Amino acid sequence: MLIQSIEKFGEKILKLLESLGRIVLFFLIGVMNIFVLPFQFSKVIDHTWFIGTKSIFVIVLTGFFTGMVLGLQGYYSLIQVGSEAALGSAVSLTLVCELGPVFTAIMITARAGSAMAAEIGVMRISEQIDALKTMHINPVRFLFTPRIVAGVISFPLLTALFDVVGILGGFISGSIMLGINRYVYMDTVIKSVEINDINGGFYKAFAFSIIVTTICCYRGFYTHLYSGFGARGVSLSTTNAVVQSCVFIFIFDYIITFFLV
Amino acid sequence: MKVPFIQFIDVTKSFGTQHVLKGLNLSIYKGEIIVIIGKSGTGKSVLLKHIIGLVQQDSGQILIKGEPLHQLPVEAVKSFQKELSYMFQDNALFDFMTIYDNIALPLVENSNFTKIQVKEKVLTRMKQMGLIGEEDKFPAQLSGGMRKRVALARAVVTDPKIVLFDEPTTGLDPVRKKNVHSMIKEYQEKFGFTAVIVSHDIPQIFNVAQRIAMLDDGVIKFEGSKRDILDSHSKILNAFIRGEDV
Repeated sequence: MLIQSIEKFGEKILKLLESLGRIVLFFLIGVMNIFVLPFQFSKVIDHTWFIGTKSIFVIVLTGFFTGMVLGLQGYYSLIQVGSEAALGSAVSLTLVCELGPVFTAIMITARAGSAMAAEIGVMRISEQIDALKTMHINPVRFLFTPRIVAGVISFPLLTALFDVVGILGGFISGSIMLGINRYVYMDTVIKSVEINDINGGFYKAFAFSIIVTTICCYRGFYTHLYSGFGARGVSLSTTNAVVQSCVFIFIFDYIITFFLV
Repeated sequence: MKVPFIQFIDVTKSFGTQHVLKGLNLSIYKGEIIVIIGKSGTGKSVLLKHIIGLVQQDSGQILIKGEPLHQLPVEAVKSFQKELSYMFQDNALFDFMTIYDNIALPLVENSNFTKIQVKEKVLTRMKQMGLIGEEDKFPAQLSGGMRKRVALARAVVTDPKIVLFDEPTTGLDPVRKKNVHSMIKEYQEKFGFTAVIVSHDIPQIFNVAQRIAMLDDGVIKFEGSKRDILDSHSKILNAFIRGEDV
């Protein structure tokens, strides 16, 4: 009984290590192919359009309401200690350092990451990835490399957009709706946010772009290994891609913050 | 003695507990059309995937021009694989690409052809397959028969030396089936490629085949010409051709 349990545990650890090795290899092949000629400019532009441009609306919407909520909650918390003038500082630092990169990454995962996993998963089960191999086209280079580049371009830009719109949302709820002096709000925003905070947010966005594109493409690419074939296999790998991306976003958010503070 | 272009020697392959190939022996000669027949699920597609390198055997050897494939230098393997082309059973066309882009893909990604040269080659193939006017459509907008023709055009656009056809006529009406068979025969005669066809179109496919091999229970149970089939007393073969279960 004990030996069986140990065997099962060992088997799980081995499978985990195998998966880890496979994902690292997948990532490395994808990254190395960025520098292999000919560069895939048109594919990068297509995917940047899909991951970046098409996410603008949802990022603006969520960024705006996140800022509004922060302004509202912040105001009622700060007014109790007579520090409502620090609302601009609270909203902007929370957004730039934490919520901006994390929420942006989560929203992109939900919108573009799930689509990546599903699209590549369907390509796997309908033998399109095998077809690429038979045409001597490296499927990792063809499917993953342009997406990771597009992710690295899009995530920081969308994070910046989320931050700016969020600060504006905080301004509307804090200053226009609740009456905090608008000059005080803006002044505290400008004075409290330093270049290190902005850079920190960008480091996170950069890390999240790699995490999300790698996990989502990997899950789709290996649908047959983890989730099986068929429509259910694709739906499972899409769900797993989104859940795992979100979990790793939070884990890496903590790790990066730990080194930044 | 004529050296086979591709030779399977005692090849076995299992997927988990399912033993698909159980010591398969088969020779494929340069420039011939060989048809592999057999019941569904007997490993015909797996056999083709071994040739193109999508699947590796568990044991046994695959020889290319007499040399074991796994012992060939990487460059030689790559060069051999570049001579191959594969037409998938379900076409495996890229849904997000137009018909033109689907056919052009192997040329665009692998060759140094200019855009004009690629266009010329693709349009030639499209014309031969009766696909002119469909360039900007997507695979989902075409009928099953047209998708087959697109897949065939993509398979031969690179002028391969060996083309592997995995049930090229599945889902086609008898007229289209006949057209595809004629097309394969015509192109094989014209370009001289080696064709390995997995098919269930019995007896129509016998008109295309120069040699026929029957795969059953993981091994080749019969190998010979159309004449040999007609003269054969093999119970399994005759029952299969008549559509009876043994």
